[in-house]
Amino acid sequence: MDNRSRLQELLPKIVLAPSLIVVLIFVYGFIAYTGFLSMTDSKMLPSYGFVGLSNYSKLWALPHWWRAISNLAIFASLYIVISSVLGLGLAILLDQKIRAEGLLRPIYLYPMALSFIVTGTAWKWFLDPGIGLENTMHLWGWDSFSFTWIKDRNYAIYCVVIAAVWQSSGFVMAMFLAGLRGVDNEIIKAAQIDGASTVTVYRRIIIPMMRPVFLSAFVVLAHLAIKAYDLVVALTGGGPGQATELPATFMYSYTFTRNQMGIGASSAIIMLAMIFSIIIPYLYSELRGEKRP
Amino acid sequence: MSFLRIEHLRKSYGSLEILKDISLEIEEGGFLVLVGPSGCGKSTLLNSIAGLEPITSGDILINDKSVVGLHPSKRDIAMVFQSYALYPNMTVGGNIAFGMEIRGVPKEEREASIQRVADMLQIGHLLDRKPSQLSGGQRQRVAMGRALVRDPQVFLFDEPLSNLDAKLRIDMRTEIKRLHARMGTTIVYVTHDQVEAMTLATRIAVLKDGILQQFGSPSEIYNNPENVFVADFMGSPAMNLLTARVEADGSALRVSLARDGGEPLRLSIPNAPSGLSNYAGKEVLFGIRPEALTDMDGADRNAGSIGEGDCLIEVVEPAGSDTFAVTRLGGKEVVARLRADADIRAGETSRLAFNLDKVVYFDPKTEQRIR
Ligand SMILES: Nc1ncnc2c1ncn2[C@@H]1O[C@H](COP(=O)(O)OP(=O)(O)OP(=O)(O)O)[C@@H](O)[C@H]1O
Ligand SMILES: [Mg+2]
Repeated sequence: MDNRSRLQELLPKIVLAPSLIVVLIFVYGFIAYTGFLSMTDSKMLPSYGFVGLSNYSKLWALPHWWRAISNLAIFASLYIVISSVLGLGLAILLDQKIRAEGLLRPIYLYPMALSFIVTGTAWKWFLDPGIGLENTMHLWGWDSFSFTWIKDRNYAIYCVVIAAVWQSSGFVMAMFLAGLRGVDNEIIKAAQIDGASTVTVYRRIIIPMMRPVFLSAFVVLAHLAIKAYDLVVALTGGGPGQATELPATFMYSYTFTRNQMGIGASSAIIMLAMIFSIIIPYLYSELRGEKRP
Repeated sequence: MSFLRIEHLRKSYGSLEILKDISLEIEEGGFLVLVGPSGCGKSTLLNSIAGLEPITSGDILINDKSVVGLHPSKRDIAMVFQSYALYPNMTVGGNIAFGMEIRGVPKEEREASIQRVADMLQIGHLLDRKPSQLSGGQRQRVAMGRALVRDPQVFLFDEPLSNLDAKLRIDMRTEIKRLHARMGTTIVYVTHDQVEAMTLATRIAVLKDGILQQFGSPSEIYNNPENVFVADFMGSPAMNLLTARVEADGSALRVSLARDGGEPLRLSIPNAPSGLSNYAGKEVLFGIRPEALTDMDGADRNAGSIGEGDCLIEVVEPAGSDTFAVTRLGGKEVVARLRADADIRAGETSRLAFNLDKVVYFDPKTEQRIR
């Protein structure tokens, strides 16, 4: 082999090496480091006294953590279900060959371009009884109108759901719209000849064909829900009280403000495990799917 | 009496007119093939018959009743699509039964119909599979089954065989022909394959750019093309169309075909079409199919008039059953179809027989047939 072809073979490796090293250190290295910290007696700063799994048992004994987990269950299930249903509904409406589609699609898609911080801040103002919706209604003369969910311990988590759904359903709509556009026109014609109404065509044929899109939407939304941090910080700051605490905000406060780095690290590892438990079956089914004819 | 009749059908998308005044009819039990190049409007015409596309003007009658404005499911038709259009999430049985399910046919009856069609098409062992688990040929059969089970007044086929490999295509072609003979249902069949058109049809409609070029039986279309487009489109290898000069030869006519580096070839035409005399001294297009241009021994003994001429053979292509020879006449390449064992060699001059009964003449400007 001459030098030139040896270089050609090496070049991709040389180009990829720095990014590979960076990823190895800053992603996988720090995951491993966090895993290690979760088994130490770290408090305000990392320290290396090995304590086994005792941080995990402490974590699961904390009512605060259980609050975060049950909030996540409420938030994630509502967020995923409502975003999917709303996204699919919008996509079906847009798929009816309406004229204004070119205008409507970006309008729905636009919230996705905002960061969760912006969404959170905007909705914080909008939902604030003193300046937002309630105040506006009062100014318009509807004095009995009351909407104070964001200040209510029992309802604040639903405000997080509303803001998150507003942000994501346009994106889910785009995913479904792409899926709907991929449906062979002749299948719809065949169903028309078979006498199926539009509703039946969607219910029996097209929506079942969207299964892979549902799966992708679920994975995207589920991992967004588990990671949710910035939205809560901007919208409610985890409050009132701990009413909107989620695992990510829990992790941050234990690690960096409450001087319980060991417990914070163990909560981070639990979140990682949750995400893996969603992603790995998904990747598995995707990769297996590719082998099918 | 015609069973399916299309009268002055026009169809536009916006300002773009796709179908221009199409009138067709087919008798009950007939097999109408719509043929033409890609984009000529065959599928649009078929979709109009099915009611999947609204028409701009004109009328479509099935069994003497206008179906314009009727929903596709109310027209008593069934359609097989080019992409098969099977419902991917349903089993084969579910696909076949879907229409009946919508119409509320009871389950036992549905099962019986599925079984009947599955037996007819030999797909009984596939009924529980999903379409993704079938081969192309099997999908094709399922799509046919879904149409057959409706037992409609008219079957519509939109290029049903174009996604199959060559061998399977020929098998399925025979099978469709057999099914048609057995069931006797009227069929409208779209294809751009002229061999399929010739073998299946009782009537052929040739379309180009949304205009009906010719409508007739396969032999009319093949032997008496109305214009250059039809002559060129139907038949494989295509008809030879050469420029020829018409000359008066006393009271008779003859044509002269330019030959490379020599005297033009003159053929006198005893039974010329009467219109040809107007072209004396002018050029016409002289159309002769390869099988009408043979070696002397292979000439049709029943032909009324045979012309002869020596031609320089440029290429010889043995094709097993026949040998094709390419020569040059009237400035164009001309294909002759000879017997398989004809004594012919490239680069040598051979005497060829022209079956003048089969020759057709066209006006070079209007491209219309000279009668
Ligand atoms: N929805 C539509 N809007 C505008 N033009 C259309 C539409 N559908 C078809 N056309 C045009 O109508 C013409 C005929 O289309 P059609 O599908 O009938 O062709 P075809 O003869 O079936 O061709 P092929 O052999 O490729 O299937 C084409 O020029 C096509 O671009
Ligand atoms: Mg077509």
